[in-house]
Amino acid sequence: MLVHLINGISLGSIYAIIALGYTMVYGIAKMLNFAHGDVIMIGGYVAFFALTSDKLNLPAPVAVLLAIIVCTILGITIERLAYKPLRAATSLAVLITAIGMSYFLQNSALLLWGANPKAFPDMFKNAEAIELFGAKISPVALVAIFANIVIMIILTLFTTRTKMGKAMRAVSEDKGAATLMGINVNFTISLTFAIGSGLAAIAGVLLCSAYPTLMPTTGSLPGIKAFTAAVFGGIGSIPGAMIGGILLGVIEILARAYISSELADAIVFGVLIVVLIFRPTGLLGKQIHEKV
Amino acid sequence: MSKSPEVKLVNVPSPNFVPEKDLGKPLVLEAAHLGIDFGGLVAVDEFNIGIGATEICGLIGPNGAGKTTIFNLLTKVYEPTRGTIMLGGRDTHNMTPSQVNQMGIARTFQNIRLFDKLTVEENVKIGLHNHIGYHTLAGVFRLPNYWKEEKKAHEKALELLDIFGMADLANVTADSLPYGAQRRLEIVRALATGPKLLLLDEPAAGMNPSETEELMNNIRKIRDEFQIAVLLIEHDMNLVMGICESIVVLNFGRIIAKGTPSQIQGNPQVIEAYLGTHRG
Repeated sequence: MLVHLINGISLGSIYAIIALGYTMVYGIAKMLNFAHGDVIMIGGYVAFFALTSDKLNLPAPVAVLLAIIVCTILGITIERLAYKPLRAATSLAVLITAIGMSYFLQNSALLLWGANPKAFPDMFKNAEAIELFGAKISPVALVAIFANIVIMIILTLFTTRTKMGKAMRAVSEDKGAATLMGINVNFTISLTFAIGSGLAAIAGVLLCSAYPTLMPTTGSLPGIKAFTAAVFGGIGSIPGAMIGGILLGVIEILARAYISSELADAIVFGVLIVVLIFRPTGLLGKQIHEKV
Repeated sequence: MSKSPEVKLVNVPSPNFVPEKDLGKPLVLEAAHLGIDFGGLVAVDEFNIGIGATEICGLIGPNGAGKTTIFNLLTKVYEPTRGTIMLGGRDTHNMTPSQVNQMGIARTFQNIRLFDKLTVEENVKIGLHNHIGYHTLAGVFRLPNYWKEEKKAHEKALELLDIFGMADLANVTADSLPYGAQRRLEIVRALATGPKLLLLDEPAAGMNPSETEELMNNIRKIRDEFQIAVLLIEHDMNLVMGICESIVVLNFGRIIAKGTPSQIQGNPQVIEAYLGTHRG
């Protein structure tokens, strides 16, 4: 039981890190960036080649850093080229563009690196599994949980205590008023994409370390699940992404262990439907009171 | 109502005039032949104005005359169809609202647009954003410069809030403030951006006579202390006649009169615009 719980929290932590990207971009740009899951996959490939290519053969921390840098630049570029021209367009047009971008990234990966799954190298081969109350916990699981906690603390401090964080919150409330107060809204949105995509790279490396098969569609299902987690916790809310992600991970692992591994995903999405019926804005989402 | 002494308006080289005290100082704002069309509708046309360095100018006119549209043109929410806007001697053509704000123009809104979920102090700090001098990464890693600049911003925010006696409300969220205080906070937030020209869109809306009186004193105090110009839209004629040194009257998107309060009060066209023509 304990081992399942910890594995659930660990998987949930990865979902939470991905969900942050969805939730922050939604909060500030008011759009669902469905290409986010594919940025994870690109992060995975960058780390894979950095670790395994004969020419590079970089140490693990450098490979992770490289993946973060590449994904950050990719995130900013996607926003500039695909979403920024649509700033004034209907949300449906932006949504379709995001789905298109997702397919573009997947098929580019297919073209560049082929459909064959790549075996992601074990970055923690020197670390041994840790015994906790008789349960064996893999080092990846612990690293994921630890990374999630650190990211949450940094991000919370960033958004509440720094001037750019406050600017992000102001833009998320009222873009027009923020720009009239001298806030550069475009820069703020770019920064949000940069942070989300950098986190996607970290999530990509963690995901590939936990489930070491890497292919062009690697990011899509975790991406959808993390989106689910963001909605579950209340989209637009940073602590909501964390709680949603972890709950989703725990439910998935427990369902897989005790009910049926085939039905696990169905159960996860079933829980989402039930939560949304009773709390349409998610667990921590703002309740919007309609004024009559 | 306490009235400001009437000042003399003198001509400047352009077709505008400024209070005599501001003669010789560069104009903060000069708009010439300004106009905007929405589709086929001419919303504003041939709008000319020059505002002196420490002038308090009123923009009045019946509902729908285009007053807020002018504010939106001056702050670049709309790009004008015709004409030029010079801010501190620089043409603002193709600039964004955030750029012209950094050049020294700040505003409040007719319908209050505070950042509701942010605290009072955070709202003011959004105004101070471009005056807080640390890099985003210094904020992430909390380098010494972060602490120094955040401390400075905190002190500055409280100092500004104190003008309106709101320093003790610094930590409550903006949406929990009473209406009058929200209006005052909007002014503080705009002031925090360090403007040379402050645009106030109906600052006295919804205020009672004693609140309005206090507001008038505060507008004068801000002008005197910060040595800035103020352009305000207002329907409360006691306020307009009480503090404005010059008044521009707008009707159907065009200026119908300009002058000192007493000139405007006696202008037959203005009386007609407000009350309609006299049908014997």
